[in-house]
Amino acid sequence: MDLLHIENLSIRFNTPEGPARAVDRVDFELGPGETLGLVGESGCGKSVTALSILGLIPNPPGTIEQGRILFSGRDLLTLDQASLRHIRGNTIAMIFQEPMTSLNPVLTIGRQVTEPLRAHKGLNKQQSEQEALHWLERVKIPSAKNHLRSYPHQLSGGMRQRVMIAMAMAVKPNILIADEPTTALDVTIQAQILSLMLELRKEIRSSLLLITHDMGVVAQMADRVVVMYAGQVLEQAETQELFQTPLHPYTQGLLKSMPRLIRQKDRISSRLSEIRGTVPRLTQHIPGCKFAARCDSAFARCREQQPDLKDTGTGHLVRCWLHAA
Amino acid sequence: MLPDPDRPSYESPTAGRQTNFWSECLNKNSELTCFNLQFYRMALLEVQNISKYFPLGGGLISKPKAWARAVNAVSFSLSRGETLGLVGESGCGKSTLGRILLGLIKPDNGSVIFENQDLHRLKKSELKLLRQKMQLIFQDPYSSLDPRMKVETIITEPLRASSDLNRSQRRRMAAELLEKVGLNPEDLHKYPHEFSGGQRQRIGIARSLSVRPKLIVADEPVSALDVSIQAQIINLLQDLKAELKLSFIFIAHDLSVVDHFCDRIAVMYLGQIVEKAPANLFSANPGHPYSEALLSAVPLPEPGLGLQPELMQGEVPDPVNPPPGCPFHPRCVHQIPKCRRESPKLTEVEADHFIACWNPL
Repeated sequence: MDLLHIENLSIRFNTPEGPARAVDRVDFELGPGETLGLVGESGCGKSVTALSILGLIPNPPGTIEQGRILFSGRDLLTLDQASLRHIRGNTIAMIFQEPMTSLNPVLTIGRQVTEPLRAHKGLNKQQSEQEALHWLERVKIPSAKNHLRSYPHQLSGGMRQRVMIAMAMAVKPNILIADEPTTALDVTIQAQILSLMLELRKEIRSSLLLITHDMGVVAQMADRVVVMYAGQVLEQAETQELFQTPLHPYTQGLLKSMPRLIRQKDRISSRLSEIRGTVPRLTQHIPGCKFAARCDSAFARCREQQPDLKDTGTGHLVRCWLHAA
Repeated sequence: MLPDPDRPSYESPTAGRQTNFWSECLNKNSELTCFNLQFYRMALLEVQNISKYFPLGGGLISKPKAWARAVNAVSFSLSRGETLGLVGESGCGKSTLGRILLGLIKPDNGSVIFENQDLHRLKKSELKLLRQKMQLIFQDPYSSLDPRMKVETIITEPLRASSDLNRSQRRRMAAELLEKVGLNPEDLHKYPHEFSGGQRQRIGIARSLSVRPKLIVADEPVSALDVSIQAQIINLLQDLKAELKLSFIFIAHDLSVVDHFCDRIAVMYLGQIVEKAPANLFSANPGHPYSEALLSAVPLPEPGLGLQPELMQGEVPDPVNPPPGCPFHPRCVHQIPKCRRESPKLTEVEADHFIACWNPL
């Protein structure tokens, strides 16, 4: 049984240029203990999808047009604010990209880490402080005890992200949503934070929805990958399968356009293969496949009719006319 | 140091022209020849022992409370047509160094010699002339273009300041430049907000090319862009580099991009260069433990490798109180007692491969 099932979800934003469909009939599920990578470029709808799980889409301008988000059998979209508040930061916790803007600058670290523990777990001041201290130590914050009284600006970016992780993990959520958790960090700190997240996630046995644009991070972290483009899921497969035999021309293009670190002395320098053109505007109406204008293998049908997300047989789903037969 | 004939960057026509210039000079008197021989050997850019400290605290009259060491005794040279990658974590001084090279920040110590002229000893008017030969490409394509200027004005602004071309000549040149960077000449009359991030970065590149520079300092030129657009911009820079015989200082934190684009790589840590080597030697066989840690931290797009074991602990120390001895020793897993006492010097371990480490890999 899936822990989280997003069914046919569409989200529209009203913009000055007209309505924009940020999420267009998105469908995927997250199993218990699974790490699912949600990848795509900016504006593909991956963050909006994540925010909608926690009921954080501002309305207006955002409207959920259709779909369901089932979390252990209950539709999160039909819940009232009180029940949602009980889920947020408790059974579903979130780690945001920018730890400076997502921590409150006028509250101490201790206060912020203990808050969900007191609100959701019914711990008193002393217990929650002890628990917070334990988690700050677990995320390897040096002299954690002193840092309970520190303010966010007194910590480095990597340390702040560790605090965010401690906050999210301390409540032992069933689902952890991490939206570009390491994008703002240096590559060395990124490696530390990612391996810390993997380690702790195993310990508290939660599922992880990892949103990122970095194919390298996904390859090392995720069990399964969902590739999004212009609000739609274009491909979905087990990580190994996706990287070995990507089916959608967009996924293939993404993987080929990445410069690879080749740690060999002898090598031929080559040009990167690029995906031509740019991402379409979401306000634009595209009758056919959204990627057709940038696709080298597009044919007449791609421009006229939108393909469906089809299972190729082995749980490898792709939205492309090349694989529709 | 004589140029290595095996390195492709020396086979450029620029090098050929130098040889002609050199042989022309051979006919003149011997003293001059001697001078020009030196000139031939001299790189486009020669950085000697640059240091920069930034004051912290203090005011107009009061003394600063402390000094942050941003760049510490950095030396290197850049040949014509060569690309040097500067890598390191945030705060290692790579952007400050880039700005010193362009004469935008005055170093406390040392000299930057560009085409035989010491940048920081020139008069303002002389510096202005020299600046046309060096340009900067910025990281953020959103904040680096004036939203109230049309593309034409943005691209021709450097020309207006530095050349006597008239308006229609400038417009023609701007149209040519737009085509060169893969945009439509009709885009001249648009404003920056009408373009995507990748297209804006192309406009920024066209602007920097307008004065026909010899050196381009590119400060994280692709890190704000999406993956599919990154490849487009890297390819564009590579084509322009070959076509216009540009030299690049390429500042970036993404090692796969640097490894792909650069001829040589210099790794900075707390304001110092700790390793300097040709790109292929560097990534295949890094000598400094910090370089190895940087390289192994890059997540590769091949599943199943797992995250590489952490090869260093903790975070970058405070540049106000850098640790004694080797600046990297508190994080280093290979440290020996000597590292805590004495700072290692950059030494050549094999041809063109320099390492500052007491206990290299």
